[in-house]
Amino acid sequence: MTIQFNKETFRDDYSFRNSDWAIKRFPFPFHEDSYMYSVNMEQHRGGPPGSVYEKRFDVDEHYLAEMEDRAIVLAEDPLRCQSLPHMTLAGWDTLELIMTCKSEDYPDLFELHRDGKRWRWVNKPMGIDHSFTFLDETTLPCGPLEYITRQTQGDFAVLDQRDEMLWMDAGTVTTQADWSLDFDIGMNFFEWHAPVPMAHELGIFKRALKFLLNVQQGAPARRLNWTMTVNPLLDTSPENYHKWGIQKTTLTPENIGAKQHLRVELQTFFRLPRSNALLFPIRCYLIAFQDIVSVPKWGRRLHRVVRDLPDELATYKGFIANRPMMLDYLGQYDDGRPTSPGIWPDLETEPPLDMGR
Amino acid sequence: MTAAPQNTKAGAEKIAVTVSAVVPLNDLVTRFEFTRPDGAAFPPFSAGAHTVVEMRDQGRTRLNPYSLMSDPSDPSIYAISVRRDDQGRGGSLFMHRNVKVGDAMTLTYPVNLFSLDLRGRKHVFLAGGIGITPFMAMIAQLEQSNGNWELHYACRSEALGTYADQLRSHYPNKVHVYFDDQNQAIGLEDLLDGQPLGTHVYVCGPKGMIDWVHTTAAEHGWPSENVHSEEFLAPQPGKPFEVRLCKSDITIQVGEHESLLEAMERCGVDAPFLCRGGACGQCETDVVEADGEFVHRDHWLDDDDHACGKKIMPCVSRFVGKTLVLDR
Amino acid sequence: MSKFQFPESIASRPTYGSLKSRPGKAHLMIADAEGAEAILDLAAQDAGLMAKSHVIYIPSGSGAGLSERLRGLKPAQYYEGPSYAAAVPRIRRVLSDAHMGLQVYLCGTEGLMGQAMNEATAAGIPHSAIQTEHRGSIARRMQCVHCKGITENVTTDPFVCAHCGLNLFVRDHYSRRLAAFQGVCIDAEDPGNVPNPVELYK
Repeated sequence: MTIQFNKETFRDDYSFRNSDWAIKRFPFPFHEDSYMYSVNMEQHRGGPPGSVYEKRFDVDEHYLAEMEDRAIVLAEDPLRCQSLPHMTLAGWDTLELIMTCKSEDYPDLFELHRDGKRWRWVNKPMGIDHSFTFLDETTLPCGPLEYITRQTQGDFAVLDQRDEMLWMDAGTVTTQADWSLDFDIGMNFFEWHAPVPMAHELGIFKRALKFLLNVQQGAPARRLNWTMTVNPLLDTSPENYHKWGIQKTTLTPENIGAKQHLRVELQTFFRLPRSNALLFPIRCYLIAFQDIVSVPKWGRRLHRVVRDLPDELATYKGFIANRPMMLDYLGQYDDGRPTSPGIWPDLETEPPLDMGR
Repeated sequence: MTAAPQNTKAGAEKIAVTVSAVVPLNDLVTRFEFTRPDGAAFPPFSAGAHTVVEMRDQGRTRLNPYSLMSDPSDPSIYAISVRRDDQGRGGSLFMHRNVKVGDAMTLTYPVNLFSLDLRGRKHVFLAGGIGITPFMAMIAQLEQSNGNWELHYACRSEALGTYADQLRSHYPNKVHVYFDDQNQAIGLEDLLDGQPLGTHVYVCGPKGMIDWVHTTAAEHGWPSENVHSEEFLAPQPGKPFEVRLCKSDITIQVGEHESLLEAMERCGVDAPFLCRGGACGQCETDVVEADGEFVHRDHWLDDDDHACGKKIMPCVSRFVGKTLVLDR
Repeated sequence: MSKFQFPESIASRPTYGSLKSRPGKAHLMIADAEGAEAILDLAAQDAGLMAKSHVIYIPSGSGAGLSERLRGLKPAQYYEGPSYAAAVPRIRRVLSDAHMGLQVYLCGTEGLMGQAMNEATAAGIPHSAIQTEHRGSIARRMQCVHCKGITENVTTDPFVCAHCGLNLFVRDHYSRRLAAFQGVCIDAEDPGNVPNPVELYK
């Protein structure tokens, strides 16, 4: 399949749009009509053809636009990509993993030619054809982590594993749900999750850590997480919150369907072979409310999830003030009918919306 | 989230290999080298990793972990060195007696429970006997990155000093060898006191040596984070016992010379594992009911866990008593 | 009484203990203001300790009597400096040729302990092996997440960033690497609506 890359922006005029293809393959995060934290890990070994789970690093129609947005963020604030000195080897691991996976999974878009340590990398969509020496930083224009993550969608946290703990010691973070790599770099797993309400008490992080410490080479894992964003803004960073926070107040009953976006993170976990670090890619998918409700099952379910979410979570996810307006909008797409289990759209089998009652 | 049918298997991913060399090193130790039958490169690994070798021994499957001791930058081979243990459970004897060049075998992907702390300003390796093997890979890895290291290696005698000559001739200023039969010993206290801040010490060898290093380092004010060790426990024999596995809905017998984990596998129960040596935590199993005494031998559970009797590590721990019911 | 019991908080917020004498041939103690009291208490636990100790003390205007008492403990080396910044070159020199086994004791304000811990961890001591005891002021060292500037001695929430002038609220989220808590714009979603500053822990 050849992907048609969109010409679009994630800032200013916000011309970002999902095609029908992108809507149908959207990673809807709710497998039932309610939501509570869970460790919800599963193996990351493919998924249905065409789904975002099929490839190890999903490439979609937003690829080039997201890479342009990342370049803008890094030019404005180089601190969004950092690597503590001992993490260079993990950076090479990351480069090797992504180049290997992308060239195998998308041979029409990416090529990797290896001759011992002499490597040639071809990224056709971005027009890159570059030869370099593996493990020799002097042959790359920037560090290996920055080099490859400027060419790969999603944020990347690289976690060192020491003393039965994971440490956030490197990363490229430009599409984050309101956390700062520059502030959190060097923290351990419990520390960087410290601001998350309720989950600590539920023992979620203890269990998640135990699982992640045991993610092994050749056996990656994945889970979904979600939040809400007004406008298709990728860079919802704390650094720029004083600039974008105000956008949350621009919602009206007329524009909410187009402006309010569900933001889903496909989080994956790969053991890195040479450094024994853990790569934690966090891929962000955005979808406007008006596109979600075009799938009847998702419209029904999102209304119920938003309605029943505990206040603490709605506050933490930053939409407590806008929740009443969201419910007014979503309520129009919930006819009270039952929904089928699981995350898939089930367009053929789920009944169309019936507000006649 | 359930995006795909899940096919969860116990243990790490597997690699089919061919034995490419069997090299006796001395009376007790033999090196085994493996290549892939399809000629493909091995997955890269980090120094300190082990692989679990699957042995088909007359209808019985033995799964023994060994440190990878080849150069991590050489993807063409994996190598292990095996010390023959005449009193052991038979895995090392099988390797020494039965494994020949050209044999097809199965290894697991590398799993690392003894990795280098890459922040270290300096790495001091303390090896006892066959405990030299993970350091062979660590030294190769650090040499690639111009790392600062030194090795202190205690062996029984010159004849049994596996790789001692090779190491001394390659790195005469960094390798120090001590022979028991010449009354030589590592001067641990002075060695520890002299190290600059940011030094990490790694010990691999008999249990007594590991305990000695941890205790001495603590007495000399070393943070526990800077002292690393790896000790693979072999399951110890014990009295046979009976276990009820409630999820699988079967009752199984654990024989004198097999571990609880091995008995589960023999009975077709797909139980999780990685290290099979009480260290990784992967096989941790909840106890539903117990009337008797646990024989906990793992490094994973803490003292409270051991005392409360609610958990067991089936790879090395056993049970003596009337009733044991596990959530597996 | 210079001790303050911080309420329980999130996992990234540092917690402080009571200094205990630990085994080791060399001991480095860094304190400011009322932190001297913690050294006095520590010295009382172990008669042999001070003869192996190097004390670096920043009185910060509140410790004339305490200086005398610290000197009276007869540490192997004693230094008194006018500010933490002035003491940094000496701290780095001491750490540069220290050996493993060195015990580090930090006591006084959070800002002092955080910054000195950074020096010790940069020299190769894991943070969990460094002992801390809080004494004296509860003022915080805050980083503005927006402009990255550090504002010292913050005692109210919200406060004004000394660098960019934004009104920031005080989070308990703490970075060891920056030795600072996080300050985040309080009126981003409602510009100009800034609550009156309240004293921390009041």
